[in-house]
Amino acid sequence: MQFGIFTVGDVTTDPTTGREPTEHERIKAMVTIAQKAEEVGLDVFATGEHHNRPFVPSSPTTMLGWIAARTERLILSTSTTLITTNDPVKIAEDYAMLQHLADGRVDLMMGRGNTGPVYPWFGQDIRQGIPLAIENYALLRRLWREDVVDWEGKFRTPLQGFTSTPRPLDGVPPFVWHGSIRSPEIAEQAAYYGDGFFANNIFWPKHHFRKLVNLYRERYAHYGHGTPEQAIVGLGGQVFMRRNSQDAVREFRPYFDNAPVYGHGPSLEEFTAETPLTVGSPQEVIEKTLTFRDTFGDYQRQLFLVDHAGLPLKTVLEQLDLLGEVVAVLREEFAKNRPADVPDAPTHASLVAQRDAKALEEVAQ
Amino acid sequence: MNTAVRHVPGQPGALRPVRLAVVAAGLSVPSSTRLLADRLAEATRGRLAADGHEVEVRVVELRDLAGDIANNLVTGFPSAALEEAVETVTGADGLIAVTPVFSASYSGLFKSFFDLIDNTALTGKPVLAAATGGTARHSLALEHALRPLFAYLRAIVVPTAVYAASEDWGGTGDALTDTLPTRIDRAAGELAELIGGRRGAPAPEAEAVVPFERQLAALRPE
Repeated sequence: MQFGIFTVGDVTTDPTTGREPTEHERIKAMVTIAQKAEEVGLDVFATGEHHNRPFVPSSPTTMLGWIAARTERLILSTSTTLITTNDPVKIAEDYAMLQHLADGRVDLMMGRGNTGPVYPWFGQDIRQGIPLAIENYALLRRLWREDVVDWEGKFRTPLQGFTSTPRPLDGVPPFVWHGSIRSPEIAEQAAYYGDGFFANNIFWPKHHFRKLVNLYRERYAHYGHGTPEQAIVGLGGQVFMRRNSQDAVREFRPYFDNAPVYGHGPSLEEFTAETPLTVGSPQEVIEKTLTFRDTFGDYQRQLFLVDHAGLPLKTVLEQLDLLGEVVAVLREEFAKNRPADVPDAPTHASLVAQRDAKALEEVAQ
Repeated sequence: MNTAVRHVPGQPGALRPVRLAVVAAGLSVPSSTRLLADRLAEATRGRLAADGHEVEVRVVELRDLAGDIANNLVTGFPSAALEEAVETVTGADGLIAVTPVFSASYSGLFKSFFDLIDNTALTGKPVLAAATGGTARHSLALEHALRPLFAYLRAIVVPTAVYAASEDWGGTGDALTDTLPTRIDRAAGELAELIGGRRGAPAPEAEAVVPFERQLAALRPE
């Protein structure tokens, strides 16, 4: 099982000091956080992609390329890559390039994006969000898998004799997850291709996501990729920890109460009861995270949001030290009673091995 | 999404009781809005019962959900209690919606509740719109505010909308005006007829998901 962090990349005022970091500080903080994630033993760092303030990460492969050069093991990912408003040709090229520079430590999570004006800013129509996600991704897959592509679709200039360069590392495209908050169509898309499905469950109650994940698992089996239990599931979560539970609650409450997403609505207590948010001791985070398996089944990737609500970098780095300890325990606990036929999340190495094994099998026949 | 299942599971053909949902947006306890809602519900139940229908009435008091409604607006998800209230409304065979008139329209709480319901979830649903107010001069709020709201939601609003001003609770009408009980009775009759006439027609079974080949095929250039 993989553990990691995902970041939204928001510039948010620290409500306890009134200080707002500059864009430069925030960008540098994000890459510092990524390096720290590797240092404390996490597997994955994923960045959001946004094209509006107060968010900074508009250019994920630039940021991930920088991180790739300064890390050794960390898998670099996105949360999410806007499959609707980005040109799929540019996604194919940018992420193949990143894959080479990072020696394969790359995967992506596709998402539609829910900021209305971004669609027209990039020449698209939000009412076509699902069809854009479906057509653009179908093209992206071909660009990575076929050397020469002829293409005609509804949304993009046709392609005649186009080759996306560089070709994917070792001829194996990056693994793709599809993130969704509410759309069964996206769960269906992930299942159809045998891709991963990431339920970004951090703001909503679990019973909602259980329906989406179960749909994905059933359809994954329907399309012949394996049993429902073998489908590739990722989950989110957000935490704030101190050694003593009360210290965590006391310190985080002003951040929660004023956070752009959580704030000025339900109380911290109500929100932690309904969503994955855990504010407390490392042991409490361990216990709550382990319950995710009871709700969603054995899964492959757990990403935590730790740099939220305007927390200063120093605090986030302390959180990562604690998260490293938590994850060490979670690895052991999640491994217990995990059925042997439930796979790990695909990596570049596993996908290359799978491709080679399949080729050998075909030769043998 | 309309999840109404019109047949009792496991008993093909057997009709379950009619589900009548009542939304009351009154703020005081007790409220004249709730009083009107109860009278409308009882009159509708009586009409349906006279036609041989068993009726299950469920009342949603928005006052009890005021905090949950505000929280849903800012977080995007409903509390368990609010979700149950929404399902009560979307799963009903008919709806009685009653609001006090504030500043020439429905109350903000009333509108906020309907803002949280999926905009296709009330399609085709029989609705009786009603309102209360201090003076009869606000009665056209029903026609200028509530009827367009439910028209947008593609619900079917019965012709008689019932407005109760304070004076109606003590008045007997006059030669030119129906009394409140008469209006309640007429509106209830219209709603009951609409609900009763639609009984037995099973709702089309919704697909959980459109198969992916079909989604892809829809995008192939002609």
